[in-house]
Amino acid sequence: MTTLLATERIKLFTTRSPWWSALLALGLTIGMAVMVALNHGGNNPLRVEHSQFGIQFGLMIITVMAALAITTEYRFATIRTTFQAVPNRSGVLLAKCVVVAVLAGVLGEIAAFGSWAVARMIDSSPELAISTGDDLRMVAGAGLVFALAAVLSVAVGVLVRQSAGALSILLIWPLLVENLVALIPNVGRDIQDWMPFINAGRFLNPVPEAPQSPWGSLLYFAGVTAALLIAALVVANKRDA
Amino acid sequence: MSLVSAERIKLFSTRSPWACGLLAIALPVAFTALLAAQAGGDLEIDIGATQLTAGLGRSVVLVLAALAVTSEYRFGTIRSTFQAVPNRSAALLAKALVVAGLTGVIGACVGFGCWAMFRLIKPNAGLALDSGQDWRTVAGQALVFALAALLALGVGILVRQTAGAVALLLVYSLLVESLVTLIPKVGQDIQHWLPFFAADRFIGVGRDNGAREVVDLPLTPWGYLLYFAVIALAVLTAGIFSATRRDA
Amino acid sequence: MRATIGRMIEASGLTKRYGRTVAVDNLSFTVGEGRVTGFLGPNGAGKSTTMRMILGLDRPTSGDVLLDGKHYRNLHQPLRTVGALLDAKWVHPNRSARAHLRWLAASNKLPTSRVDEVLDLVGLTSVAKKNAGGFSLGMSQRLGIAAALLGDPQVLLFDEPVNGLDPEGILWIRRFMHQLAENGRTVFVSSHLLSEMAQTAQDLVVIGRGKLIYQGTVEDFIAHATETTVLVRSPQLDALAELLRIGGGTVAPDTGTPPGLRVSGMDSAEIGELAAANGIVLHELNPQVGSLEQAFMQLTGDAVEYHTHEEASSA
Repeated sequence: MTTLLATERIKLFTTRSPWWSALLALGLTIGMAVMVALNHGGNNPLRVEHSQFGIQFGLMIITVMAALAITTEYRFATIRTTFQAVPNRSGVLLAKCVVVAVLAGVLGEIAAFGSWAVARMIDSSPELAISTGDDLRMVAGAGLVFALAAVLSVAVGVLVRQSAGALSILLIWPLLVENLVALIPNVGRDIQDWMPFINAGRFLNPVPEAPQSPWGSLLYFAGVTAALLIAALVVANKRDA
Repeated sequence: MSLVSAERIKLFSTRSPWACGLLAIALPVAFTALLAAQAGGDLEIDIGATQLTAGLGRSVVLVLAALAVTSEYRFGTIRSTFQAVPNRSAALLAKALVVAGLTGVIGACVGFGCWAMFRLIKPNAGLALDSGQDWRTVAGQALVFALAALLALGVGILVRQTAGAVALLLVYSLLVESLVTLIPKVGQDIQHWLPFFAADRFIGVGRDNGAREVVDLPLTPWGYLLYFAVIALAVLTAGIFSATRRDA
Repeated sequence: MRATIGRMIEASGLTKRYGRTVAVDNLSFTVGEGRVTGFLGPNGAGKSTTMRMILGLDRPTSGDVLLDGKHYRNLHQPLRTVGALLDAKWVHPNRSARAHLRWLAASNKLPTSRVDEVLDLVGLTSVAKKNAGGFSLGMSQRLGIAAALLGDPQVLLFDEPVNGLDPEGILWIRRFMHQLAENGRTVFVSSHLLSEMAQTAQDLVVIGRGKLIYQGTVEDFIAHATETTVLVRSPQLDALAELLRIGGGTVAPDTGTPPGLRVSGMDSAEIGELAAANGIVLHELNPQVGSLEQAFMQLTGDAVEYHTHEEASSA
């Protein structure tokens, strides 16, 4: 397994896209925190959640990066070389998930704490201190959400095998479809309670009407991710490379 | 005209425009059916409510338009194109015309399809098109889709890379424009000048993501369409300009 | 006689820089009308870049290249004047061969009937409706040639047309070039294989590292490049090399075993006498028979062993 991890690590970091993505994810997320903190004023004090407004930028870009990590292998046919070198396809794909998830998790932590830190530098209001368990989960939890989203993206990438398709699904689904669902009269809100990215968001930013606890929401997101990953592994093992 | 027919053959001889086109129409219309089926009988519905899901179609059209040019770069056919038509501006304008035509038709299908679907399911909801504003909301999708496609084409020419162009277009249109409003004080004012917000105001859904009422707008609906058109054409022009200067 | 031949392609001072790398360096050459001109150089010498500049795809950093006196960009319906095959894989994999040709034809107002003609000409009629992505390299190459012939142009450009083809494919392309030449078309064909050029070309433009090395007929090239090359082996190689240089010869090391020298500018008699007069033992004194490969190797200063090897395995 360590060899597989090393292989996937080398593969990921020897192309440009992860570097680009990391830079963009951090820049946009933290940049948003700067914008919010600079323009904040009036009677509402700046709170921890305000510093995290940009976290979805980071999340979406990491999603793109993770999906590309696998779809580019299909595009350039390196997936064949990979499966030729290591016929254990599940091993290969799991190793890729681990590497991508670790990178995403680290970037999530940097993005979240970075955003909080710059907000804190700009505005020293005491409300910005991480004082409650909720505050801590909101900031430190970003890494978990990023890591799971990365694995979900790799799974979708394996299933779709195609950059344009995978990215369209991974961006249109959380950003549009999950919101449109709420517009369905009567049942919309109930359906939305079971949307994966909505749950991921509620882990960081709980809403009182949610049926699950914050950790329950995360667990649900992890469950959806696991289901997609299993589907991806089954398909990858059955399919011709 | 020969350039236009070359681009037409090119666009329709691969699968992805067909797949994207069908999805762009089917997704919003099907979703509208869901909305309409669940809507209560006493619900007061305006025409704008039939167009809530059009954004799904528009997002797919952004992908379609970007792919129309990025796949040429990916497979190297852009070189054959420029070899056959050394006047690159003309070649790309012909492509823009074809893409705009196709996406305009898709937009019309989405606009009228969603409206018809709603009306079919809720025949008593008073959904007749009886004002100019009603027509603008439904038929206007054709214009918005076509202009959005031109913008996406411009981005595709500039970026030349499918993943980059698609990510940029979707993240921008679906996320950036709504996150901007979270910036205190200036967020709302900035939002009033963002291109996709402008497109939505022309359609006149009247609400921001169906939630908040939008007020105090600087432009009229047609003013907003013009504004969206200027931005879309500016991006397209930038794309064409860079393509004429770059090595193919 | 050569003065009467029109100049179909005329490059003057053509230069292309990518950052600090100079891909094409002040290159000037002409391609005669109605002749087959080989464009030779080792891999990476700048052949493809030059071809792209001829076709207006890449912008020269400086210099100019004209087709029949015009810039490619100013040609009206250029496919009727110039046909080109630069890369056979420049097709959309999900588009059928026929559709690929159909859009090209439409862009230059060529009739659709011409599409079927060229498909027939290259023998792809039976797979015309199949997606180009599933084609073998040989079939892709034929499709590329069909595209080049679409406008029935007087000038044809081919970039490494036999690269990677099987013997049958190579033979087919070779025959095709002959046919084009017999029809009086101007053909400019690049290759890194000299022997390939000997089969088809009358004229040669040879480049190395982006610079012009030779322009003229194939016969002159062989004569010019190999007339005075002599292979010498001696246990006193260094002393001999020194002597030869003083005596006015040009000396290049030969990497055979045992190592030797390739001497030009002196014939074998002169070298033998010089060695005898200075008491140097010679193990071998061998005037080299002129061959394209050697001439090429000598002029481009680039090892082509693996090229000849490739040629041997594919012929």
